[in-house]
Amino acid sequence: MGHNMSEQSMRNFNINFGPQHPAAHGVLRMIVELDGEVVERVDPHIGLLHRGTEKLIEHKTYLQAVPYFDRLDYVAPMNQEHAYALAVEKLLNIKVPMRAQLIRVLYSEIGRILSHMLNITTQALDVGALTPPVWGFEEREKLMVFYERACGARMHAAYIRPGGVYRDLPQDLIDDIEAFCDPFLKVCDDLETLLTDNRIFKQRNVDIGTVSLEDAWKLGFSGVMVRGSGAEWDLRKSQPYECYERLDFDIVVGKNGDNYDRYLIRMEEMRQSIKIMRQCVELLNSSEGKTEVSSMNAKIVPPKRKDMQTSMESLIHHFKLFSEGYRVPKGEIYAAIEAPKGEFGVYLISDGTNKPYRCKIKAPSYAHLSAMDFLSRGYMLADVSAILGSLDIVFGEIDR
Amino acid sequence: MSENLFELGEYIALKLVDEVEHFTLERGELTIFAKREYIVKTIRFLHDDNQCKFISIADICAVDYPERELRFDVVYHLLSPIHNQRIRVKISTDEESLVPSITSIFPGANWYEREAYDMFGILFSEHPDLRRLLTDYGFSGYPLRKDFPLSGYVELRYDEELKRVVYEPTKLLQQFRSFDNLSPWESAEYILPSAEKEEENRDV
Repeated sequence: MGHNMSEQSMRNFNINFGPQHPAAHGVLRMIVELDGEVVERVDPHIGLLHRGTEKLIEHKTYLQAVPYFDRLDYVAPMNQEHAYALAVEKLLNIKVPMRAQLIRVLYSEIGRILSHMLNITTQALDVGALTPPVWGFEEREKLMVFYERACGARMHAAYIRPGGVYRDLPQDLIDDIEAFCDPFLKVCDDLETLLTDNRIFKQRNVDIGTVSLEDAWKLGFSGVMVRGSGAEWDLRKSQPYECYERLDFDIVVGKNGDNYDRYLIRMEEMRQSIKIMRQCVELLNSSEGKTEVSSMNAKIVPPKRKDMQTSMESLIHHFKLFSEGYRVPKGEIYAAIEAPKGEFGVYLISDGTNKPYRCKIKAPSYAHLSAMDFLSRGYMLADVSAILGSLDIVFGEIDR
Repeated sequence: MSENLFELGEYIALKLVDEVEHFTLERGELTIFAKREYIVKTIRFLHDDNQCKFISIADICAVDYPERELRFDVVYHLLSPIHNQRIRVKISTDEESLVPSITSIFPGANWYEREAYDMFGILFSEHPDLRRLLTDYGFSGYPLRKDFPLSGYVELRYDEELKRVVYEPTKLLQQFRSFDNLSPWESAEYILPSAEKEEENRDV
């Protein structure tokens, strides 16, 4: 009998984590194999939010594909649109006016804050802190209102389009974004008093989910996940797009590659984003920033409503652009941006018609989640949710 | 930047004479066309060589060209953070041939290859765990192939009597419509009667 008992206690446990779990950040099912409380193996089952975005895009014109990108990483929608717009523009070989570039950068940084704020606060929630989400979501709501005032929707913007942006920002919105910046830094400081030196938060995150830089590259990591391990790598600096070259900001780099370093990086990156946003607002208010908000190529960008009321050509262009769309020259392109979660890439193949032949979406958190087994092995069960939170995953873009 | 890339392409083509067919440099992007059976060796070289150092995997994806004999392209995007360069490696394959897996070099390739298998049915040899990834449990077919219909073959609903989710053949409430809005003035070539005659005369 005693012999049987000892055999019983040797047995490994399989735990089913999810698909509906508050710490899963979406619909993730994980089979966790445990030896006592130590994780032996993690097998994430994904695809519960798979909508076939890539297939759908193949059946839509280039403009109709834009809204699908909002629904990928839905906590920072415009960043995805930005990558797609860059890919199409590279294929079409068109330049975007300065004001449109500034607006794009401004809203990309707003997206970065939206995403980091969600990640920091919900990760704190995963390890037991209840106050940060309450404080952070108030700021997120303000940023969502900026989204809404620019394009009419809180999340699914369809604002950054190939050729420029949908429409110009009103001046009072630009002023309000400027007024948002300084008080937000205060909120960051307040948030840090809750977390950075918090004993419980540190116990749950320091030296948890450690990854060396070499492993990080091999696993296909990007963004905060490689910066946390000490790489000075940010696409905004190393392969600059739009007007990032002209803007002054710093890359935040970690040392230990653990959850805590990644938290610190995200915290500091929000401050850097504010720095960029301030510069954008300044440039938007200068004479340099007073250009059109989209390319003047009438074969790509729809005409203004005012023109349509007086010009037959404009009316024809409008009709053709929203029925046939535009043809994109044959070829292929890989355009990548530094999304909040890492490198978000769009690999677009055009066969010369009005619809993409293939559109592969490279989502950063896909690579990060695929390393879940590597990252969690040997840690405790409770660390799984802390590591998962630190990866900053969103299922919209993993499942696509 | 593009000059450097061209030199890099020449260098790779020189070092891998048997493994690489040719390379192209378009829109500032270097593409290497490799042979399927040597893909591991090619990627290993790109990873290890000091002038390449493509130590990070950005993406792997497949593309379907149903009219070709080797209908699939497998496209690898690699990144060299050391030299700040990107490279694209392409190989061709079909439904039956095995593509050697590169998970031994890049563990991060695991899910990308699983996705290519799931979506296109491309088989990878020596892959540690080639299971379906994104589709439903028990799914059949390869959804991203060009001959797979957009609306799919099955749909599911919750059955009140059986108290579980049931699969049924897709029923569309209205006919599936695919609009071809391509302008006839730009796509079709109209042969004028007079031109036709000239054509005939030339044949004679």
